Amino acid sequence: MVEKADQVFVLLQHWLISFLPVLLQPAAAVLLGVIAIVCVFPGLFALTTIFERKGLGRIQNRIGPNRVGPLGLFQPVADGIKSLTKEDIIPLSADGVLHFLAPVILVVAVFMGFAVLPMGRNMVLVDMDAGLIFFFAMSASTELSVFMAGWSSRNKYSLLGAMRAIAQMISYEIILLLSSVAVVMTAGSLSLVKIVDAQNHSTGVLPNWYIFTPWGLAAFVMYAIAATAETNRSPFDLPEGESELVAGYHTEYSGFKFALFFLGEYLAMFSISGLGTTLFLGGWSAPFSFLTWIPSWIWFFGKVMISIFVFIWMRGTLPRLRQDQLMNFAWKFALPFTLLDLLVTALWRFMGEGWLRWVVSTVILAGAYVLMGRVGMYRGHFAPRKYRYAE
Amino acid sequence: MCSPLTGYLIVAALLFSIGLAGALVRRNAIMVLIGIELMLNAANLNFIAFWRYSPHPEALTGMMFAIFSIAVAAAEAAVGLGLVIAIYRHTQTTDLDKMNRMKG
Amino acid sequence: MGIMFYLIAVITLAGALAAMTLKHLVHAALAVTVAFGGLALFFLNLDAQFAGFAQILVYIGAVAILVVFAILLTRGSELPKDGVFSRTWFVGLPIAAGIFAVLGWALIASSKALPSEMATPAVTVHDIGVALVGRYVLPLEIVALLLTAATIGAVIVALHEKARAR
Repeated sequence: MVEKADQVFVLLQHWLISFLPVLLQPAAAVLLGVIAIVCVFPGLFALTTIFERKGLGRIQNRIGPNRVGPLGLFQPVADGIKSLTKEDIIPLSADGVLHFLAPVILVVAVFMGFAVLPMGRNMVLVDMDAGLIFFFAMSASTELSVFMAGWSSRNKYSLLGAMRAIAQMISYEIILLLSSVAVVMTAGSLSLVKIVDAQNHSTGVLPNWYIFTPWGLAAFVMYAIAATAETNRSPFDLPEGESELVAGYHTEYSGFKFALFFLGEYLAMFSISGLGTTLFLGGWSAPFSFLTWIPSWIWFFGKVMISIFVFIWMRGTLPRLRQDQLMNFAWKFALPFTLLDLLVTALWRFMGEGWLRWVVSTVILAGAYVLMGRVGMYRGHFAPRKYRYAE
Repeated sequence: MCSPLTGYLIVAALLFSIGLAGALVRRNAIMVLIGIELMLNAANLNFIAFWRYSPHPEALTGMMFAIFSIAVAAAEAAVGLGLVIAIYRHTQTTDLDKMNRMKG
Repeated sequence: MGIMFYLIAVITLAGALAAMTLKHLVHAALAVTVAFGGLALFFLNLDAQFAGFAQILVYIGAVAILVVFAILLTRGSELPKDGVFSRTWFVGLPIAAGIFAVLGWALIASSKALPSEMATPAVTVHDIGVALVGRYVLPLEIVALLLTAATIGAVIVALHEKARAR
């Protein structure tokens, strides 16, 4: 019974394709998986928009939208109808082809990333040997569409926003990659299915997830910061800050294309949270062995939704970082810290079981964190701003 | 063409020639660099095609060469574009036809 | 040669040709990105998955963005007054055509000596990793040194003059 609940989607897929001739069955299986992804994640997107607006409202001491439907829960429907029926305005001097292609490429690249995420036991669309690199390759392709959007609008503010967004994304992409390399080193494979399998057995008090190790916690924190910066979310949302740059690189977009950008941003958030859960939080595995009766896909989506909740929480709580503070942080603190974390991961692996490796890892990481923070404050990189007046 | 390998090699040769033509004919320094990148890519395609159809693909020679070539090409593009930006700051132009003196 | 090969070849060659002939630099940079994507598809068609994804990650994710940034920092988005082809194009074009003629002739003449169908190589990323730290560890270390030198060099070359002449 528990087995069936866990594998219900796989069994459903097998039953549906059994109606087709044998030659067509592999293609139909993949097609069904693609349809499922294209339906589920935009549905989650709709849910997240209302979740975010109500959540942000509560954090900011107000009620969010509450007109459409009970407690405002049908707001996404209203938003969808609005964005589909708005007039599509293209500036006269805009570069037509690029202006049209930018949101399309963004959404396509982001959807491709979902193909390698294992969403449950046996529930991955394509089990690639180099799955992690495929994911990062797709994420790197989104940066070009940001540039296309900003440049083709022939608008100073859009171009500035696009430049800032790209500079931020390429800086934090390195940190994202390096913190994933720590996990790959320990799991011994680039395939996301094997990484989840390496975290699947729970022994002892804590689950075997990588976040419950010193290097894993440091890598997870760096990954979370880099993920927030990659998806241009607060506190790293200067490229699209409403009070700074109108709307950054999607200023000149209206109607459905703007909805596509919005969709692309939230889907990128989902896929990066999905990767974070796969790498650090054990993917679809349950924390304790007495909880394995809950199906694996509920664990995966539950962990992803908790990550999204943390994203929304950070957006409502933290102030925005300035562009130079953001870049300073990436290159002068986060990158050295992530490299040190790689070293500590290697130490952990080769030191053998026992309390000694815990102590050594924690001391090195905590010491480096405090030291780099102190040096940064002393040199003024992370200190509060000093005001210079005209003398 | 009786071998699938010939097709890949002809495409690689064509890419190389197009890159070479661009590098020799365009005025802007950045377009020359793009031509050079195309030439490097054509060579990579050659390596991978030969690796795939070689009698011992588990020796991984072609794949390794291509991977190292990708890394080195990226580094070379970075340095080259840094040079172009430095020259632009000095002479306010990227037109290669105008940069025909050694004296700055 | 399957239909996939011809399709990818058309995309790649069209992108490369467009990159070398378009007047507008940003369009040319985006066309060469299409060519890079086509090459990644070639690598995937040749069962070299790691090389294919590394090509997308490095070339489309980094080199293309670098080129675009350089175009924007050097005011490349304005069309040049003197045209985009150099004064001596009649020398460069025949040279490139001649090289293609020689290469093509050599390929067609030797096409009987080339192997026909080979089995799909069963190469995993694990094998690549083992090879990188086993047989190819010296090239790996040298490339690491080279990349470090290139990073430092690029930063120094592009550094603002005012910061150094203080």
